[in-house]
Amino acid sequence: MTGQTLTNSLSGEGYAVEFHPEQDCVRMSGALRLGGLAEYGPISAMLEDALNGRERLVLDLSELEFLNSSGIATLSKFVILARNHGDCALVICGSRDIAWQGKSLNNLKRLMPALELRFE
Amino acid sequence: MAEQYGEFRELRYDSDTESLNLSFWPGSIPLQQRWRNNGLSADFLGDYVTTFFPLDENAPATRARQNEVKGAVAFIANELLENAMKFHDGALPEPITVHMNLQRDRILLQQSNGVSGKAAERFRDFVKTLRENDPDELFIRQMEESALSEDSAGVGYLTMINDYQAELAWRFDALAEAAYRVTTQVTIRL
Repeated sequence: MTGQTLTNSLSGEGYAVEFHPEQDCVRMSGALRLGGLAEYGPISAMLEDALNGRERLVLDLSELEFLNSSGIATLSKFVILARNHGDCALVICGSRDIAWQGKSLNNLKRLMPALELRFE
Repeated sequence: MAEQYGEFRELRYDSDTESLNLSFWPGSIPLQQRWRNNGLSADFLGDYVTTFFPLDENAPATRARQNEVKGAVAFIANELLENAMKFHDGALPEPITVHMNLQRDRILLQQSNGVSGKAAERFRDFVKTLRENDPDELFIRQMEESALSEDSAGVGYLTMINDYQAELAWRFDALAEAAYRVTTQVTIRL
């Protein structure tokens, strides 16, 4: 993390990612279609920061309408990181009304069996 | 003769088929400025097909069905457009084209762009790897092994196959000066 300024809020055209440390929660909303893993770097850094020193972290995706494959790869890598990290319980909240989540979120559970996946 | 991997289905133009064509020349404005059009175009294609999957308030399943088809088209079209933008060789006198063909029992999304010989070779290797491996295992393996990798293009194709049960086919047509026109066809069964 050295040399990188950590922030609790990232946003761009059509999306927002917010870290709420007091709620142990990161919320992603809107449509995320950044152009490759490098462009997702600041989001990865925020997620990694949220994981450190925490016993439990909720990743709330219930308002994330769209995620491209670079975003799916970013989430997958984060889940692997959380699994390898070991001391933080990870909960991912999704929505049944958002088509991609019903299709793709289950793959994360395969990467990290201890992951708690909740659909509202 | 063109090299082909997988089964290409015929694009139809008849009274049972709806179709839309997009084509553009990425050299005209920078990629960064054009990137947002991927989402706009993909969402448009997703919204467009909802007309053909109307809602029936007495049948709640119609809402889920419409949502599912719209989501599948928007995701797949977006991936195809992103890949075209990333890998198209702007030096070639070739456009990027995207075609949607909505047939009775399937939706075909076909995208085509020009690539240099070197890029075609890398992509051909990737297509072969994809066809020779179990896509589910390949996804897990790629995620585990590529924790630091910059390349996530394969994840898009793997997601189409694994999560959307799409069938993919590719064609490489030789152009002048060792370049190729690469066409990807994705079939979603209805």
